[in-house]
Amino acid sequence: MIQQLFFIYFAFAITGLSLLVVTRKNPVHSVLWMLLLFFHIASLYLFLNAEFMAAIQVIVYAGGILVLFLFVVLLMNIREELRIGKYIGAGPTGFTFAAALLVVVFMSLRSFVAAPPGIYSIDLIKKETHTMVLGKLMYTEFLYPFEITSLILLVAIIGAIVLAKRRLKT
Amino acid sequence: MPGTYIPSEYLPVLIFIIIATAFGFGALIIGTVFRLKKPYYEKLLPYESGIDPKGEPRTRFAVRFYIIAMLFVVFDVEAIFIYPWAIVFDKIGIFAFIEMVLFIVILLVGYIYAWKKEAFQWD
Repeated sequence: MIQQLFFIYFAFAITGLSLLVVTRKNPVHSVLWMLLLFFHIASLYLFLNAEFMAAIQVIVYAGGILVLFLFVVLLMNIREELRIGKYIGAGPTGFTFAAALLVVVFMSLRSFVAAPPGIYSIDLIKKETHTMVLGKLMYTEFLYPFEITSLILLVAIIGAIVLAKRRLKT
Repeated sequence: MPGTYIPSEYLPVLIFIIIATAFGFGALIIGTVFRLKKPYYEKLLPYESGIDPKGEPRTRFAVRFYIIAMLFVVFDVEAIFIYPWAIVFDKIGIFAFIEMVLFIVILLVGYIYAWKKEAFQWD
């Protein structure tokens, strides 16, 4: 029961905070609400028995990505929300798509059946610790995706420098 | 499934967060209740070492900050991948070592590229 109460709190808090993030007029306030949002998502990971993911959520998202967002806000020097007709003018279309998406979600939820529990049960993860299980899987079975990650990070470095450095020269 | 597991060892963290939040809001609420409210123009000005503030407080940041932030995020993620590796390193052995060397070498290419492109230079 208490687990469900926690989950209900986090589900509602995450939805509410996401709405606050996208509806604030001041983009810096949006970023601050997003910080609270990231912490709530980290706690949700804790309730999914994924401690390492929770730690990453705090370190990378709340620590790194958020700084990036803040820099984008300050780089563009947005004081108040940008109201560009091209993006906000299509109300009916947006609602139609949102309704269609909701229908798809409900239809898939109706036929949703929980998968049989795998070998990575809560007891096993508790015994071996989450980071250990994750590491063992990532560096043996999912080795190839792991190496691809380094290439994706390389693309991110080169992309950022190519985009920004050209402006610096001129 | 959410709602089936409770991380009871994180109870101290929850208590800590509750106390910290209560302390922050409590200080603000007690302050609003007891302090005198006599606002006037000079008092409401942003403090800038005693002189009247000039211009906009928010100026445009140089794009260099963005590069630094981007590089920080990339190497932050790289460092994150080393944590689980360090835990399972002695279980997997030399194979894990080669994997990580390959991972770091690929990112080293990016690091050298950034260095050669003078992304770390400030002027």
